[in-house]
Amino acid sequence: MLDITLTVDGVTRPLAVDPRTTLLDALRERLDVTAPKKGCDHGQCGACTVLVDGRRVLSCLTLAVQQDGAQVTTAAGLGEGDGLHPLAEAFLDHDALQCGYCTPGQLCSAVGMLDEAGRGHASHATADVAAVPTLTDEEIRERMSGNLCRCGAYANIVSAIREVAS
Amino acid sequence: MTDQLTRRAAVGEDRRRADGRLKVLGQARYAFEQLPAGAAYLVPLLAPVARGRITAIDAAAALAVDGVLGVLTHENAPALPEHARPPLRILQSPDITHRGQFVGGVLADTPEAAARAAGLVRVEVDAAAHDTALAWDHPDAYVPDTVNPDYPAVTEDGDVDGALASAAHAVDVTYRTPMHHNHPMEPHTTVVTWSDAGVELHESTQHPHGVRATVAELFGLDPETVRVVAPYVGGGFGGKGQLHAHAVLACMAAQTVPGRPVKLALTRRQLVPNAGHRTPTIQRVRLGAEADGRLVAIEHDVAEHTSRITEFAEQTAVATRMMYAAGARRTRHRLVALDVPAPSWMRAPGETPGMYALESALDELACAAGIDPIELRVRNEPETDPSSGKPFSSRGLVACLREGAERFGWAGRDPEPGVRRDGRWLVGSGVAAATYPVYRQSATARVRAFGGGRFGVTIAAADIGTGAWTVLAQIAADALGVAVEDIELRIGDSALPPASVAGGSSGTTTWGTAIVTAAQKLLAEHDGDPPAGAEVTADAPPNPHADDVAMHAFGAHFAEVRVDSDTGEARVARMLGVFAAGRIVNPRTARSQFMGGMTMGLGMALHEATILDHRHGAIVTPDLAEYHVASHADVPALEVHWIDEEDPYVNPMGSKGIGEIGIVGAAAAIGNAVHHATGRRVRELPITPDKLLGLG
Ligand code: FES
Ligand code: FES
Repeated sequence: MLDITLTVDGVTRPLAVDPRTTLLDALRERLDVTAPKKGCDHGQCGACTVLVDGRRVLSCLTLAVQQDGAQVTTAAGLGEGDGLHPLAEAFLDHDALQCGYCTPGQLCSAVGMLDEAGRGHASHATADVAAVPTLTDEEIRERMSGNLCRCGAYANIVSAIREVAS
Repeated sequence: MTDQLTRRAAVGEDRRRADGRLKVLGQARYAFEQLPAGAAYLVPLLAPVARGRITAIDAAAALAVDGVLGVLTHENAPALPEHARPPLRILQSPDITHRGQFVGGVLADTPEAAARAAGLVRVEVDAAAHDTALAWDHPDAYVPDTVNPDYPAVTEDGDVDGALASAAHAVDVTYRTPMHHNHPMEPHTTVVTWSDAGVELHESTQHPHGVRATVAELFGLDPETVRVVAPYVGGGFGGKGQLHAHAVLACMAAQTVPGRPVKLALTRRQLVPNAGHRTPTIQRVRLGAEADGRLVAIEHDVAEHTSRITEFAEQTAVATRMMYAAGARRTRHRLVALDVPAPSWMRAPGETPGMYALESALDELACAAGIDPIELRVRNEPETDPSSGKPFSSRGLVACLREGAERFGWAGRDPEPGVRRDGRWLVGSGVAAATYPVYRQSATARVRAFGGGRFGVTIAAADIGTGAWTVLAQIAADALGVAVEDIELRIGDSALPPASVAGGSSGTTTWGTAIVTAAQKLLAEHDGDPPAGAEVTADAPPNPHADDVAMHAFGAHFAEVRVDSDTGEARVARMLGVFAAGRIVNPRTARSQFMGGMTMGLGMALHEATILDHRHGAIVTPDLAEYHVASHADVPALEVHWIDEEDPYVNPMGSKGIGEIGIVGAAAAIGNAVHHATGRRVRELPITPDKLLGLG
């Protein structure tokens, strides 16, 4: 077992982990942090997306020991205080969720995605990679495509993100 | 007798999802999200061949791993009753009946130790010859007694062959749909604690009471000592409608460590062969019509698979019995029992593959007869239900087609296929109809007055993303004449009054009827003002109109498709659905239900296929990388509309089920649009680029 420290949604959580433990399992099975979900454990679904030091990361594809000292933000920690993050509010208004299992991952991914776009990162859908990207629906869809939603809430998720992005 | 719900203050109101806040925060706890002290982790072992016998299991290396608590196999597993459903009778013998079947499990203190040890167990087998390939002329094909849930397998009405022979227009076409998997985002999971006091399961299920009954029966327990908790379920789409074998494995493991919670979450590779799927289908459709398009004969002949150890017969041709008028009609289902996992329910079993074929064939007939496909459907509207002769309680198909045509901009569409180009893209549009029956099951609700105009409503319903948490409170509020905020709803727990499965789009109908019945009784018993503590428990009565009218929801799908003439890639540019599904209880959550069905239909049309390598009897698409479900980039803006429909027959709310109709017909609309775009009729789903190469 190895001693590490994770800061999860602003709270410092020291723990000892098996070196094989993924960040996702450390959060869910050791720290009882339920916001990141396990949909596949193989980087195929995006349900486990969290922000690590502000960037979106699939927590099932990174080992907890690699994240020693990291600041981890889950969907539970996106808002200020008791308030919901504007994206979360938009998800409720647009009914961008059904079963809710992909939802925390969609939200973390959207927050990370908006930040990437703001910093000028191009995507497969960007026509001019030298220009600052405009978040068209096509851009949002492309950039969110790592987050599957089997309930099929995509059209509403895109409307919710578009509303907050603009 | 339950009266119609006349107050409509809450029913029909556009409201946020009641469980939405918890879900956006990730604080709604799904089955696996229990972290009791001392939990142990279970990893299943899978059969390495499709058919054969285990000759030896060597668990020594696994047992030597630090933290391993035990290895379950057929050699040490508890006996299960002979009469139990065969797919649940795991670990009862060394026989293997499909590849990936559970043949054991490793229990350990940590997930890492369990996974490591599972990899060290050596299972030796004697493989036997297997057969996993469905074929139209398979020598073992047989006609089952009934198809799911209890329809006749064969119907025949009139002289089909004679009518086809003399028809002015005829089509005779065969469609194929592949095996499909439900793949809810939350995999099948169980956390079970076994103790002398009883058994508690946190199970990802659409039916807490069903799981309770099955576990009690399998292990010889008093159902009262089994509790199944499932307040939040991460999707199911039918795949969690019945208990599957993983929960049996978890219960077996939990018995070995009494008092210790055992946690099992299936990986996709473990889930795919063990939690149900939709059968592949081969469907021959023959249509004959007069010169004006009126149908004189319909034949729908279906071949599909089941597992050699259990029969599940998808009711693929059943919708064809009631959809259109025709003088003569024949439908038939044949099954081939193969060495495959047991098929089961997946969103609109029967209607989904069946209406894909029927609605595609209608389009082919429209092309052959030179009649607009909407007009063709309108001309074939039946006056009464062709399958029963009963009047329809309401039938909004024509209204949906007309309204959809208007909104989509169908008027003036050039029917000529393959002639619209936008650069290298070929563009086309298609239409198809949808239908789904109104089912009612049995359920019991309890309503209790808290005083001060507040009420508690309890029923063991399950919200799998459908909005039950939201809409049942709306229904209760109107039934009791109070605000939604005055209703304290509890669902998702077998400790509550029994409720039917969240399946067959019957949840709101069944549970809502039980709630309205209990509420009306409570009010009646107390002159409309029940004191605090007053309580009534009541069952949903059977529908008194069930013998008099045919009850179905209807819809129409419109799709615009663009096909890359270089690569053959088809993309949906636009999709619009109009539905006639009675009273809509909550427009916001209802829209999501329709949209979700349409999205799954898009995936069915273009992406989804579970592929078996018949040489090995192996599913070679066992995860979300190989089995492509529609992603953000695949799905355009979808438009969903409905027509106002008053139907006093279906239930006190006047609502029809909406969880499944959105997928029905959606793939046909897309396939028809692909044909309109390219001139190519692809009759085998999914419509992948390889099927559209060489368009030039
Ligand atoms: S659980 Fe991490 S991507 Fe699916
Ligand atoms: S809301 Fe169920 S998977 Fe997205």
